[in-house]
Amino acid sequence: MDFVKQREDLAPVREILDGYPREQRFLLAILQDIQKTYGYLPREALETVRLHLDVPLSRLYSMATFYKALSLKPKGEYVIKVCDGTACHIKNSQGLLDELKRLLGIEPGETTVDGRFSLETVNCLGSCALAPVMVINDVYYAKVEPDKIREILGMLGGKGYGDI
Amino acid sequence: MGIFRSRPKRTVLVCCGTGCLANGSHGVYREFERMLKNADQPVRVKAAAKATGCNGLCEMGPIVKILPDDIFYCRVKVPDVEEIVRETLAGGRVVERLLYTDPATGKKVKSHKDTAFYKNQLKIALRNIGEIDPANIDDYIQRGGYRALEKALSKMKPEDVTAEMEKSGLRGRGGAGFPTGRKWRHCAASDDTPRYVLCNGDEGDPGAFMDRSIMEGDPHSIIEGMVIGAYAVGSRQGFIYIRDEYSLALKNMSAAIRQAKEQGFLGESIMGSGFGFDLSIVRGGGAFVCGESSALMASIEGRVGEPRAKYIHATERGLWDKPTVLNNVETWANVPVIIDRGSDWFSSIGTGGSKGTKVFSLVGKVQNTGLIEVPMGISLRKIIFDIGGGIPGGKAFKAVQTGGPSGGCIPGSMLDLKVDFESLSGAGSMMGSGGMIVMDEDTCMVEVARYYTGFLAEESCGKCLPCREGLRRMLGILNDICAGRGHKEDVDTLLEICEALREASLCGLGKTAPNPVETTLRYFREEYLEHIRDKRCRAGVCPALTQYYIEGSLCRGCGLCAKNCPAGAITGKPGDKYTIDPDLCIKCGRCRQVCKFGAVSIGGGAAV
Ligand SMILES: Cc1cc2nc3c(=O)[nH]c(=O)nc-3n(C[C@H](O)[C@H](O)[C@H](O)COP(=O)(O)O)c2cc1C
Ligand code: FES
Repeated sequence: MDFVKQREDLAPVREILDGYPREQRFLLAILQDIQKTYGYLPREALETVRLHLDVPLSRLYSMATFYKALSLKPKGEYVIKVCDGTACHIKNSQGLLDELKRLLGIEPGETTVDGRFSLETVNCLGSCALAPVMVINDVYYAKVEPDKIREILGMLGGKGYGDI
Repeated sequence: MGIFRSRPKRTVLVCCGTGCLANGSHGVYREFERMLKNADQPVRVKAAAKATGCNGLCEMGPIVKILPDDIFYCRVKVPDVEEIVRETLAGGRVVERLLYTDPATGKKVKSHKDTAFYKNQLKIALRNIGEIDPANIDDYIQRGGYRALEKALSKMKPEDVTAEMEKSGLRGRGGAGFPTGRKWRHCAASDDTPRYVLCNGDEGDPGAFMDRSIMEGDPHSIIEGMVIGAYAVGSRQGFIYIRDEYSLALKNMSAAIRQAKEQGFLGESIMGSGFGFDLSIVRGGGAFVCGESSALMASIEGRVGEPRAKYIHATERGLWDKPTVLNNVETWANVPVIIDRGSDWFSSIGTGGSKGTKVFSLVGKVQNTGLIEVPMGISLRKIIFDIGGGIPGGKAFKAVQTGGPSGGCIPGSMLDLKVDFESLSGAGSMMGSGGMIVMDEDTCMVEVARYYTGFLAEESCGKCLPCREGLRRMLGILNDICAGRGHKEDVDTLLEICEALREASLCGLGKTAPNPVETTLRYFREEYLEHIRDKRCRAGVCPALTQYYIEGSLCRGCGLCAKNCPAGAITGKPGDKYTIDPDLCIKCGRCRQVCKFGAVSIGGGAAV
């Protein structure tokens, strides 16, 4: 690995584990809580879960790669989710995505090198009447035009990206 | 019973659904609360979640409703609150400027119930949405909530409940349309225990949000339905599987479960009947296939959500291999009304094989976007043109897509189709969960097929080969066609793969995945041929097959296009004609959108 993240503090993981009965059926919920706390699933955290629930590590990895809510890579400070559900798609969500890709210089699924922005696409945020929709850290942006993106990123400290 | 209290005097309902919250409705709510704290008139301020998008009004939000006068204000800002309190609440006068203008008539209307949008609807599953505060169980009870449960527990035997459901003709609203009563009977007939009752709130279909709105806006209707279902099949434990992205739905559902427990509608000996049932929430992990019944159960068990073959029914061996009933959110929300008002009443609504109503999320290129609930058997034309108000911008209707990613596209020639389970399947589409996406002349049907195929290829779990490899191959061909690399034999190859998928896939995802391609080929074959043969995309969506140019005779030289062009591809002087350099053009279509004179045209036929 070329990029070494410093070891994470594992106290929150133990707290999460203590909150659930020691049964495998809570595995998804536990992983989701860890994801929420750290923004991803740190390797050391998965080790702790493995020992606690006595499941093979491979099982944890298969969960982590199957479910979209889980991620093995750290996410940026701001996670930008562009809806590419049908309603948004036919209202030019592609235009939004192109503009974000151009300004941030990353593809969906990637994070800027300084760790500020992550870009993702999602399949419908359930706000189709407001299409096209984009969500940045739980804040909804409705009916977004591509030329609004620079302004929005600018407000989130995006100066210096692309031509912002 | 003492729990059914009478209605209070005046109530201010501030919509706090996802859409209105995005428009700042929480501030409006707090301002009402602050102003009315010291008021002497008996006004209750409540936050009611209104279905996002109903009447396209989420863009009109924040929405404030005054009951019982039924006054409907839109775009309410914090400074308006003082005026509403002074004029309407204290003075009994309507604040004209905040009223909603019906696009159908151009007139201001006092109540949203006076609009064409509303009048053609019939609300059963959405009966309480926007009318009650979802965080307040008393609101639900006041509108007749938990009355059906009381009736079932005190006056009906479990088998009577199931029989009533069978007689009602209710079919599942989650996609397949399986008769709900029959499913319950199968489960109750098993001699294995424990039995489980599940609610499918995964709502994976893009372009659909009815289940979210019910979970956010009327959570108790789902809980009541599930307790009734549990009583009918003899289950003591249920789970509600909710999509992880739906944070407000998760919050409101959890709060409702807590309240229902406190008031004795969940837990031991419900309403003193001796029957006990408990309910918990499971958060989904964000995988489309987890909406499929066997995958959903695997996911609840804490495993990877892969479907299994269906030769054993879930009603025999479902969750943890025990008898299980799984129903969709909207299905559950219908249950209390059917028990309360009787199966005869319910089955009098709808068509021969499809009873009751269906909720649709009407979105896309239509004037009024939002959630609607209509009786089965209503025509597509009525939905799109009367309720939906037609296509915006004077554009021509092209198709309506129903049934989610594995549904199909229905063309203009079939607008008089009566919407029910049978007719939609007959047209090559399906009811699905109720997404209804309207497409106009600017939508490319080949690209739509490519979009859905791409979605399904991405979401295929990969367990069975036809689905995994077939979809990938189809996507490759469709990508090629859209990029101008199509061949004449492509159409036949696509149809061949479609057949294999339908025959050989393991679960519903693969079996229905051919629908988008097959229906677009059936109704819009000419567009495919134009892409393949003429290298032309008439909608101007596929960049490789589109050329933008400025019609000299129409250009007024305002320069707006040049100003908006992100690629600097448009040149000219103000007052003169402008031109587009095809080598620099990135085909984003901005110029065409902004031109006030319709001078930017699309040509096809670029040699590739
Ligand atoms: C790939 C796939 C995805 C599905 N997604 C959903 C969904 O998101 N919500 C839902 O209620 N049903 C979904 N279904 C249908 C369920 O398998 C099941 O039929 C339904 O939840 C049963 O409830 P009902 O009889 O009340 O409709 C899906 C089916 C398939 C094959
Ligand atoms: S399609 Fe984007 S919110 Fe539904």
